[in-house]
Parts: sequence; C-alpha cells; structure tokens
Amino acid sequence: MPALSTDFLTNPPGPDPIDAGIGPALQGSVWVCAVCALVCLPLGIGTAIFLQEFQPRNIWLRRLSALLQLNINNLAGVPSIVYGILGLTAFSMMFGLFGSEADPLAETGATYRRQFITEEGSEIVFVPVASRDEVLELTQGMDAIDGNGNPIKLNIIGPDDDFPDDDETLARSILSDAEGGILKDYRWYYFRLPFGKGVFAASLTLMLVILPVIIISTQEALRAVPPSLKRAAEGLGCTPWQVVRHVSLPAAIPGIMTGAILAMSRAIGEAAPILMIGVAVYIARGPAHLMDKFSILPIQIYYWAQQPIDSDASLNFQHIAAGGIIVLLIILFAFNSIAVLIRQLAQKRLT
Amino acid sequence: MSAQFTSETIRHPESKEQKSLQPFITLSDFNAWYGDFQALHNLNLEIPGQRVTAFIGPSGCGKSTLLKWINRMNDVVPTARASGGLRLPDVDILSRSTDVVSLRRRIGIVFQKPNPFPKSIYDNVAFGPRLHFAGMNKNDLDELVEWALKKAALWNEVKDRLNQSALGLSGGQQQRLCIARAIAVGPEILLMDEPCSALDPASTARVEDLIAELRGQYTIVIVTHNMHQAARCSDRTAFFFEGKIIEEGSTEQLFIRPAKQQTEDYVSGKFG
Repeated sequence: MPALSTDFLTNPPGPDPIDAGIGPALQGSVWVCAVCALVCLPLGIGTAIFLQEFQPRNIWLRRLSALLQLNINNLAGVPSIVYGILGLTAFSMMFGLFGSEADPLAETGATYRRQFITEEGSEIVFVPVASRDEVLELTQGMDAIDGNGNPIKLNIIGPDDDFPDDDETLARSILSDAEGGILKDYRWYYFRLPFGKGVFAASLTLMLVILPVIIISTQEALRAVPPSLKRAAEGLGCTPWQVVRHVSLPAAIPGIMTGAILAMSRAIGEAAPILMIGVAVYIARGPAHLMDKFSILPIQIYYWAQQPIDSDASLNFQHIAAGGIIVLLIILFAFNSIAVLIRQLAQKRLT
Repeated sequence: MSAQFTSETIRHPESKEQKSLQPFITLSDFNAWYGDFQALHNLNLEIPGQRVTAFIGPSGCGKSTLLKWINRMNDVVPTARASGGLRLPDVDILSRSTDVVSLRRRIGIVFQKPNPFPKSIYDNVAFGPRLHFAGMNKNDLDELVEWALKKAALWNEVKDRLNQSALGLSGGQQQRLCIARAIAVGPEILLMDEPCSALDPASTARVEDLIAELRGQYTIVIVTHNMHQAARCSDRTAFFFEGKIIEEGSTEQLFIRPAKQQTEDYVSGKFG
C-alpha cells in the first residue's frame, strides 16, 4: 500500500496526492470524539441510571417516564443526517439567539490586538486591546509589540508633527489617525456563544446520534444486575443512591463500558451529521480549541474519493482515500477489541 | 390433636417467662393490597421481642407480604399499599415520615435465596458497616467482621479465605454469610423469608442452630413452609391462610393443641 506511511498520518491534505495526508482530519476526529465522549458519557449514563433505577411512584410521572423511554428508543433509529440539521440549527447557530459566529454575543478565552503598518513601510506592530470594539486612543510612547514579539514604544505622528528622520524611529512610528486591523488570538479554552461550526458544535451533534445508544445499552446493563442484590443492599439500609453506587453500577460497569465504546466507534465513523455542520476539507492543522474549525476522517475520505481520476498519475486521490479507510478501520477494530476485552475481563472477575 | 408433633419436637416450650414478654412489633387492623388485590385482611398480632416468631401457611397466604411490610421492602413495588397499624415501640413503620433507611438498619432481612454480593467474604460483611459507620478504622472493621461471622457460626469455615469471592461458598455458607452481613449493621430485628428453602438438610440444620443461638439477642421473624422447622425454631407461631391470621399463639399450643380445625388440618398435613 503506497499511501500508508507515517507521513500520511501526519501530513495535511493538499493538492498533490503524493504529499497529502490525514493529519488534521485524524486530529479532528480525535478531538470531536473525545469531546463527544466527555459530554455524552456522564449525560447518557446519568440519564439511564435515572430512568432505570429511580422510577417514580406517582402515576403521572410514571407515564412521563414511559413516554421518555419510548422516545429514547425511537431516537436510536433516526437517520443521523436528521440530527445533522438539528445540530446545525441548535448548536451551530443556536437559533440565531446569540448573534453570529463573526459577532458573538459572549466569548471567553480570546485576546485581541490591533495591527498597524509603521511609516517605515514594512514593519508591523501590534497593540493589545481589550475587545473587538474598543476604540484605541493612540498616545505618544504607548506600549506595543513588534513583528518579532519584542516590546517597543510607539511614536505617534500627529497632523502637525514632522516625520522623524532616522529609520529606527520611523520603524515604530504610526500616524495618529491610523486605524489598525483587528486580530484575534485564541487560547485553548476559547469558548463563545453561538458555538459556530467548530469542534464543540460537531461533538454535540454527534452526541445526539449516540446518546440514545448509550442510554439504551446502559439501561440494559443495569437491568441485568440481579434484583436480589439490590434487595439485599436495600435490606441493609442503603439509600437508593447507595444501592446504585455500590451495587448496581459496579455490577453493570462492564456492560456500560462495552456499550459506550461501541457507541464511540459509531461516532468516529459517522459522517452525515458532521457534513451538515459543514467542515473544512483543506485545512493545514488540527483544531487548537473547542470552537476551531476542523476536519474529520470520514469526510476527508469522502472528499478524496470524489476527486477526478488522473489516469497518468501513479497515485490518485482515490488511493489515499483507501489509505484513510484503512486507518479508520484500524481505529474501529481497536475500539471493538477493547470492548470485547473489557467484557471478557469482567466475566472472569465475576466467576 | 396432631400426632406428629409432641413436646419433644418443640424446642422452646411455652413457659411462664414467655407469657410476660413485651410486644416489640405490633399489628392492629393491618391491611395490605397489591393494586386491587387485598393480600392481607385485618391482621392483629403482637410479635414479642428477643424471641423467634414463625409465620406458617400455604403459598400465597400473605406471610411474605407481611414480612416485607415490616421493613418496608414493599416500597419498591409501585402498586403495594397498606393501612392500619404496624408499629415498633417507638416508630410507626407505615408513616410517610418514617426514615426507611434507618428503619432498615434496625430491621435486617435475610432472603429465600442466598444473595451475597459478588465481592469477597470480608467485603460482604463489611458492606453495611462501611456505609453506615463512615470513618471506621481498619482494626475496628476487622473486629466487627470477625464478630459478625462468629455470630453467624461461619468464622471457623472462612477465616483463612476472607478475601476470596463469596460466590465460592456453598449455599448454606452463603446463607449464613447473608445473616452475618445483616447482623453486622447491628439490627434489633431479623426478618427471615424462608431462609432454608434453597438449602440441603445439613445446611438447613446449621442455619436452624444459628437461629437458636441468636434467639434471646434479636427479635426474629421467620417465614417458613416447613412446619417442622417452625416447630423446631420458634417460640410463637402464627398460621396464615388466604391473607388472614387463622390462629396465633405459642408454638407448643399451636402445634400440639391447635384451637381451630383449619390449623390442625394444616399442621397435620391435610392440606397446604
């Protein structure tokens, strides 16, 4: 297989199939799946415990619970592209309630700076500002950072001032009426409302797809715990939560883990809902923060498979698409092996 | 007169001491339902403290239902409800405001089938104390586990393999482990729901010996199908039929001089 190499795993995709790789897509898949697992596992397992172990006595609450159960069972069978549209509206755009991606209502973890070109003509200097809308008052000798990251003092040339003669001063001089362009730097914890078309929105959309799967498999695992053990714990004076914490969960953990891993392996191979969110296919690097744009393996593969075939070339995009598929299969195989392993270990431990 | 039961088969014959016993669990006009089905009708019964009381009767007569109401295990059955009086000296068991958790610490229960947790023997006994007596140090816990296992007459058999799985024990040992587990949280009452029905005769004998040893320290209520077991173990017996208490009294009187024809028919094996 000519396409499979370590370079293939790390290189960014490009116009030439020989150099193109799945680096950013692989990183994106890992990010999306990890965030999805972090959100989905506590939510899914918690929901399942609540539905399964804390059934209400009140007749109306019982009916509500039965209705929820019916809905969860049905949701497990909904085509994933439907979740894609839901995710696009609810998570990416948040129904337009919180501004837009370019002009968000709230954000944290970002720093802004204004960028000026000095009167020397080629030097770039940056002045940090608190927000996008802050009006920058240019004052003589104010702090700035030059293109190499060194701190400098700005020289402001007013309407009546003369231009300085030496290049050195000119290299840190800007006109008092200059308007710098705004630049945005992201920290790894950058977060904003709305979520936009980033890793987080994609993770939440995938969550919709696999949440019913996780809830159902967790419920199955909890149901399989012998009721006699729960009665024994209740008879010893355990609160309902203690019964769950010390009897049901330990006995059900292997089943829950197996279900969760299988759900994650579905998530990593899912393309349709992410396609609706809209991902980048030419992207030079993996995501750096939760709101960053990203690509994922299945969509990268799909994109390459669509490319026209050049019969003269020794390596076509279709070849590297096949390489990507093999990587994806290896990941899925690993996930499933872990699930089987956990189940076998658990069975050994219980007998 | 029932021919099979003589004063010799009754281990705890009626005595003066027994007549003066204080009631510990009191039922007055107690009714219980599962949905529309009334499982228990107007029960009036006084269960004495520190003695063994047996409930006998054919299947489906409501004796297990009553047992499950005494420590509110029926709370998990959504359709179950009850009315009337069911009291300890200081607690109204049926009251909504009663703390079920602390009630169950006072009233331990042993089930029909041994149900040890899939943990080590030690962890099974330590399960209750670890939850209820948080912050107990290791030495105290070790002592408590040893004490409970000795009380349950299991210590000599398991002392060398406390860290092995409880599922590796025989059925009889598992049942005694369940008794040790119940004793370890320090209950006043032990409810036993046909504790020997899943055991072989030798294990049954061990559990019955254990019940005889615990008599005088715990208020024991035992539900059994086996009339010989009731005769051997208990001080007092109540005969249930179709959700009603037909006859109740000292074991000696009920088995040897039953007052009602129905009781005599049952204890002599004519039906049930």
